[in-house]
Amino acid sequence: MRQYFPLCIFLALVVLIQLVTQITETAFYLTQLTMSAYYSLLIIGLCTIMGYAGQISLGHAGFFAIGGYLSAGLTTHNLQPFADTGITSLLDKAGLLVSSKDLYGDTLLTVHPWIACIVAISTAVIIALVLGGPVLKLKGHYLAMATLGFGIIIFRIAMATPYFGEADGLSGVPSFTLLPGITVSGDFGARIINYYIAWGTVLIGMLLLINLVNSRMGRALSALHGSEEAAQAMGVNTARAKLLTFVLSAAYAALAGVLLTHYNGSIGPGEAGVMKSVRYVAIVAIGGMAHLWGALIIGTLLNFMSMRGLFGSYDDAVFGIILILIMLFAPQGLLRLHIWKHIQKIKPKKHGTA
Amino acid sequence: MLKIKNLEAGYGKLRVLKRISMHIDTGEIVTIIGANGAGKTTLLYTIAGMIKATAGEISLYNQNIIRTNPESIVAAGCSLVPEGRQMFSTLSVKENLVLGGYVQRKQKVDQKEELQKIYDIFPVLKEREDQLAGTLSGGEQQMLAMGRALMAHPKLIMMDEPSTGLAPLIVKDIFAIINRLRDAGNTVLLVEQNAKAALAIADRGYVLETGKIILQGPAEDLLNNQDVQRAYLGRDVSTEGAQCELD
Ligand SMILES: Nc1ncnc2c1ncn2[C@@H]1O[C@H](COP(=O)(O)OP(=O)(O)OP(=O)(O)O)[C@@H](O)[C@H]1O
Ligand SMILES: [Mg+2]
Repeated sequence: MRQYFPLCIFLALVVLIQLVTQITETAFYLTQLTMSAYYSLLIIGLCTIMGYAGQISLGHAGFFAIGGYLSAGLTTHNLQPFADTGITSLLDKAGLLVSSKDLYGDTLLTVHPWIACIVAISTAVIIALVLGGPVLKLKGHYLAMATLGFGIIIFRIAMATPYFGEADGLSGVPSFTLLPGITVSGDFGARIINYYIAWGTVLIGMLLLINLVNSRMGRALSALHGSEEAAQAMGVNTARAKLLTFVLSAAYAALAGVLLTHYNGSIGPGEAGVMKSVRYVAIVAIGGMAHLWGALIIGTLLNFMSMRGLFGSYDDAVFGIILILIMLFAPQGLLRLHIWKHIQKIKPKKHGTA
Repeated sequence: MLKIKNLEAGYGKLRVLKRISMHIDTGEIVTIIGANGAGKTTLLYTIAGMIKATAGEISLYNQNIIRTNPESIVAAGCSLVPEGRQMFSTLSVKENLVLGGYVQRKQKVDQKEELQKIYDIFPVLKEREDQLAGTLSGGEQQMLAMGRALMAHPKLIMMDEPSTGLAPLIVKDIFAIINRLRDAGNTVLLVEQNAKAALAIADRGYVLETGKIILQGPAEDLLNNQDVQRAYLGRDVSTEGAQCELD
């Protein structure tokens, strides 16, 4: 039960922050907090594969982009001109398409956001499976380079494909009604509900991952992180454990991409950029690698600050510098610096160990 | 309990094991001695299913396990204590042991009781229960590696050079424990470069040279064999001390 205690604090904090912004009339912060939540969803997934399984990925912006771009493409491209062709009419009859009116009163026929979302995430999962099989056999630098290569490919595809809007990206992405009354959209009036949708998603995501790392599977991950050969000798199927975690983290990234794109109403190639992947890796490192809460807190803080423009035009440079400093002075992550231990000593001791 | 016939295995194009045949009976301590690069580790990895054999047969309790995956081999009662201990160094001693019982999921086992059994064999591990495995001494790490393998309830336990890098006194402890494991009903396959100490506790031995078994027989015969003495015992000055202690 004790591992769920932080979740309750987390929930309370989410509510508290919303109430404070309401009272102080600073609700405009909620927009960046909502966006931070979606990035944090990616980051906790990455934390599982990096921190717990010990496999570095410099390609997670790629999975985010696969999610975002596919759902944006499917929900914005008008299928009306093809309405009479076999496949389109079949999809339409199956109820997988929605029609709406654009600004000029013309009919738009597009893929239903739910269907787009499922297609986007399934695609990311399949690509992760295909990529992960061979790539996860690599170690250390080689794995980093292979995933980096994957990230670059996705970025190039986004930049070069007319369907994905090339350098401009895609805009006019419609809102996404998850359940009646619960709609992901950037509408001014839907700000508060979207804040809760985003953090609710993160909460569920955290709950799943906390269970995962405390399960038999989690033990297998920490074993293969320690020594792959010894883990095998203990009867851990290391290849499968790595692949499953990689695919799960890719699915988290893709879901984050889908939801953030519907929230923003647009996506651009910057989201697929390699610097984004580096940023995510930096955040996980700062949070302390195998530390889901650390990754979540640092991810939220840094993304929030970045989106508030606190780092100015040096945005990417700041993340680079932070990464260097962390590797030099706190390779265990900020939250594990000795200062904290001293603070804990001052506090009265609680029973049990962490 | 274990029978190997004409086994061949290697890495990619490199053929390391060449037509190996050997057997181990229940309750025996069998040792494999050989120089660096002879293929001892490769042989153990192949038995454990971590390297796929390219030809030949391995049968465990008359079951062919040549295509069986490592998980199932551990579950079938054959565990490996890998060379160089291979701790999960960022985890505690206790967590390392718990991971050793990874395959024991079907039968609900009482973990406390399981751990206590290991602590009875290795009391020092009890004292270090919450210490990180990476901070243990070499001897303690070797004990942890053995304890971790025992958590899977192996019937056949394979040890890859448990004496490497340990002081003679500790080597003596480790070998005494191996002896006790056998007395408790385990079967042991012991790979060693410390030929003298290994042959002293083993029932039978095999000599492996560049992937081939060149000699085999009762341990005593091997100890008295001139070739073995010249190649594996004569030069082994560093371990002479351990041997004296054992006698
Ligand atoms: N992963 C690998 N890839 C390619 N070749 C390997 C690999 N591991 C071992 N070898 C080669 O296989 C041969 C046998 O190695 P092995 O580790 O089985 O020897 P060993 O008898 O255990 O030696 P040692 O006493 O040094 O542990 C060596 O020539 C080695 O170079
Ligand atoms: Mg070896």
